Amino acid sequence: MAKPFREALRTNDFIVTAEVTPVKGSDVLKIVEHIELLKDKVDALNVTDNQGSVMRYPSLGACLLVKEHGGEPILQVTCRDRNRLAIQADLLFAWSRGIASVLCLTGHSIDIGDHKEAKPVFDLDSVQLIHLVHILNSGEDMVGNKLIGGTDFCIGTSVNPSSDPIEPQFIKVLKKIEAGVDFIQTQAIYELDDLKRLMEFVRKVDGKVKVLAGILPIIDLSMAKYISENVPGIFVPQNLIDELEQTPKDKVASKGIELAAKTIRRLKEEKICDGVHIMFTGREERIPEVLEAAGLRG
Amino acid sequence: MIIAERKPFKEIKEMLSPYKRILVLGCGTCTAICWAGGEKEVGILASQLRLAFPKDKISVLEGMVQRQCEKEMVTELKDKVEKVEAILSLACGIGVQTLAQVFEGKPVFPGLNTTFLGMPEKEGLWVEMCGACGDCVLDRTGGICHIVRCAKGLLNGPCGGVRRGGKCEIDPEKDCAWALIYRQLEKQGRLGLMQKYYPPKNYRAVKRPGRIQTEKA
Repeated sequence: MAKPFREALRTNDFIVTAEVTPVKGSDVLKIVEHIELLKDKVDALNVTDNQGSVMRYPSLGACLLVKEHGGEPILQVTCRDRNRLAIQADLLFAWSRGIASVLCLTGHSIDIGDHKEAKPVFDLDSVQLIHLVHILNSGEDMVGNKLIGGTDFCIGTSVNPSSDPIEPQFIKVLKKIEAGVDFIQTQAIYELDDLKRLMEFVRKVDGKVKVLAGILPIIDLSMAKYISENVPGIFVPQNLIDELEQTPKDKVASKGIELAAKTIRRLKEEKICDGVHIMFTGREERIPEVLEAAGLRG
Repeated sequence: MIIAERKPFKEIKEMLSPYKRILVLGCGTCTAICWAGGEKEVGILASQLRLAFPKDKISVLEGMVQRQCEKEMVTELKDKVEKVEAILSLACGIGVQTLAQVFEGKPVFPGLNTTFLGMPEKEGLWVEMCGACGDCVLDRTGGICHIVRCAKGLLNGPCGGVRRGGKCEIDPEKDCAWALIYRQLEKQGRLGLMQKYYPPKNYRAVKRPGRIQTEKA
């Protein structure tokens, strides 16, 4: 069995988490394959929550699969699809079934997903969600009722180090830190200077929160284009695209993985941040290659 | 003011197809200002209807009322309304419902889609400004409403999807409300307001359907 993520955060080791994406449908074969492949190579596996506002198998269900297969799950919770009642109920369920870590997110807009006419909820925002988890951890619900059995979640959140302008983003991350988070997994980063700028800010206000840099390897040019145009908040720099364009077609994937691994090695060697969070949006079977190339438990 | 847009003509034509005598009724206030339901728009739509239906099949009257949302003003149209089988309102949803209430026996149809509460930004461009949430937050945001001008109505700062240059995740034509709020509060030396934590909003400040009873003056 994997050790609790909270314990991994307490060590001084370089922390590695990865993201698994639930399928659209009830056949969980593929995600179970990904869980089996990755569970012993990382400290925890995030499960996305209707990622990109596309309806899929739920994060909660896939987190249970991670548990059943001996991994350590991080439940991603967005504010887009559930109001405060539903979120609290889901969190109680998660805790009762051994899911002990939660990543508090705003969630992408409905407009970018596949159910564009749905009613967006956003009853809470991500800062309020962090507060809410603390309230459940204290044994009460949001309106002060005593719970019969509370929770003790390890709490994380996200930040976009490349946001422009960055100042409003920093104000928000400050509020998140003040609300109390154990870890931060950043949006995918390609510019190390952006991450360094974030780290400088975070370290000034909090010495303890662990920051894991988001790594999303680019393994083909259409993917770079797709991400730049369709995934809000991720900026693939032109010099990376140029480098991949100059690479022979059959070597683009390995080049992309090599570049991601190089970034991870730098982050670790120069102690820029506390770990990495690797995303591969549906192609999770390639994550071990990244880990191996980066010299991390591949 | 209330902003509205005209419904597609095909939809209007379908709604009116069972009727032969129709009153197209404009409103001289909000929808006239946003170029959707004024005298000019009434004229254009009435002509379109006359062209779309054979002459013997339809007769279209035109009319204007200064504020369709006021029962007294609408009641003055009684004689005109008696001559028709149905009314096509070019007011907001409030105007449509006022007509429906005043002229109970007469079918009333909306010719517009009421879209939002906003203002004219420049000629021909109207933007949403207020969500009528019943719990105004403009004191802490430099006068910029994040309830409706942030696509997600976030209360504690921007999401991570902001586009470069402070544009909204869902539309590069729209500003990120939080980037605007930041700039405004910075200018005013009041950034502390943005750093403060705001707890979950009371989304029941107005118990829907809204109803306010005041003492008579």
